[in-house]
Amino acid sequence: MMNIDWNLVNWARAQFALTALYHWIFVPLTLGLSFLCAFFESIYVRTGKEEWKNITKFWMTLFGINFAIGVATGIILEFEFGTNWSNYSWIVGDIFGAPLAIEGIFAFFLEATFFAVMFFGWNRVSKKFHLLSTWMVAIGSNLSAVWILVANGWMQNPVGMVFNPETARFEMDNFAAVVFNPVAVSKFVHTSSSGFLFGSLFVLTVSCWFLMKGRHIQMARKSIVVACVFGLLSSCFVAFTGDESAFEVAQKQPMKLAAIEGLYKGETKAGIIAAGIPNPAKQPGDNNEPFLFEIKIPYLLSILANRSLDSFVPGIDDLVFGNSEQNIEGVGSKIAKGKQAISDLAMFKKAKRQNDENKAKIFLEKFRQNQEHLGYGYLDRPEQAVPPVATPYYAFHIMVILGTLFPVLFAVFLFYALKDRLTQVKWLLPVGFVSFFLGLIASESGWIVAEVGRQPWAINGLLPVQTAVTNLSARNVQITFFMFLAVFTILLIAEIKIMLKQISIGPEGGALK
Amino acid sequence: MSFTETGTKMTLAQIPKTVFSFYRDGFAAMNLGRKLWMIIIIKLFVIFAVLKLFFFPDYLGTKFKTDRQRADYVIDRITLTGSADVSAQTDNIFAHHKQKEEN
Repeated sequence: MMNIDWNLVNWARAQFALTALYHWIFVPLTLGLSFLCAFFESIYVRTGKEEWKNITKFWMTLFGINFAIGVATGIILEFEFGTNWSNYSWIVGDIFGAPLAIEGIFAFFLEATFFAVMFFGWNRVSKKFHLLSTWMVAIGSNLSAVWILVANGWMQNPVGMVFNPETARFEMDNFAAVVFNPVAVSKFVHTSSSGFLFGSLFVLTVSCWFLMKGRHIQMARKSIVVACVFGLLSSCFVAFTGDESAFEVAQKQPMKLAAIEGLYKGETKAGIIAAGIPNPAKQPGDNNEPFLFEIKIPYLLSILANRSLDSFVPGIDDLVFGNSEQNIEGVGSKIAKGKQAISDLAMFKKAKRQNDENKAKIFLEKFRQNQEHLGYGYLDRPEQAVPPVATPYYAFHIMVILGTLFPVLFAVFLFYALKDRLTQVKWLLPVGFVSFFLGLIASESGWIVAEVGRQPWAINGLLPVQTAVTNLSARNVQITFFMFLAVFTILLIAEIKIMLKQISIGPEGGALK
Repeated sequence: MSFTETGTKMTLAQIPKTVFSFYRDGFAAMNLGRKLWMIIIIKLFVIFAVLKLFFFPDYLGTKFKTDRQRADYVIDRITLTGSADVSAQTDNIFAHHKQKEEN
């Protein structure tokens, strides 16, 4: 068995997480604010009123700042694939190549072309063509996200491919299955709608700040109305798509669902944890109580996971040690099959090198019988298939609690904005002001649920992170980790400074020039 | 829908010149945009000329010359990781599994 440098694996994971979390500050704001700019401009073109033009230009400037600072931060993730995750990168290259290439083409042609018209085109092109460009930037930004999420969805639920043991690569054999992977579809709609929600919270926060300062009151009020309508619709849709996303997780990644709910012993008529503190001493298979304190809503987890009131939801212990009553195969048995697959793969390769085609054919057939459990062969103990429970548990519950608050927040603000009483309720504006930061926490928590919850897998069930990582020294990764921390922090500070300056100038600053 | 603000129509031959002047005037009139472009250029320089070149080599791309060598390396990595003494490991796992079930 190969010695695994867990220090290296953890630093490489930490670096990827750091890059993704920073990148994910810029992306959802681009997704949401681009559509809000399109709404503001549509109202301007429809009404012909100059004040809507000024509102559009103001928010478009902030969108441009965020876009400029955030652009290309995602490229670093691709660098990390090649350097820190070279085994993974090689193995999935054929699957990821197509979606990422399409993303690049979409991003370049749609965004780059229409972005210029959006910012240089005021008074140069017709109103309608300018509006079309703004819409195309919004659509293009969101289409870019499709392909990234197709790639991510495939890692969570690998479909539409076959493993080629000669090239050590998963090769795509069904493009439609990859693109319409149910995990990718639910991930895209949930992620993009959460971006719309995030953009709406940004507009709400900035507008509340103007109202608290007594500046640009009409602009702020009108912006709040548009943002609240969009935010209310988006937040309701986020709840709906979140439910769909959880259903897909329950079907395709039951271990992740068990971890985010802290469910150790499977239950029929399973309840969902509304609030609780997981017991840090709890380990799979022991007799400790899973929670120090818990409030459960009965039946809800069974409905969420299986759309059925009295269905069985497997817990961590059922999935790790198996449950013959529910026909659940334990990880121990999967590890044995995985190790057999690895052994057959090794024998196939040896036969190929010896030009013994008959032997190679026999071992290939044997490999195919167990290949779906290939990844389990890299685990030493069944408990290694369990993700860390506390992190995704807390992240999930923070996300859900905040996600439940947002529709109420938007409805309340919309009510007071339409009554023109926003400044008359003392607590309202400070709450609106902090809402963006709550949205940021919810948004980042979503990614933590998705990515920590799928551990130990780089590709679900097929490749664990310790096998995906490059054979580097941990020190190399530590150096680049802190370099990234510095570069990204500088970028974030630059964004915040430029953004704050532009916000303090207000709509008088006009369009971004 | 007309493309220009005045609604005037362009001939095909005028399009390249108009597009060029559109971008030229746009870039020339930049103010905050200049600062943002500067940030983008510095960022791209740091990403591609510093990080990519010195700190993030394509591991397999630089270590091996052909795809065959890369494939062989990865196969060796993923098979050596788990295949050593498979039967002994499997026995240990089943024993561990059984003990957990008994508990």
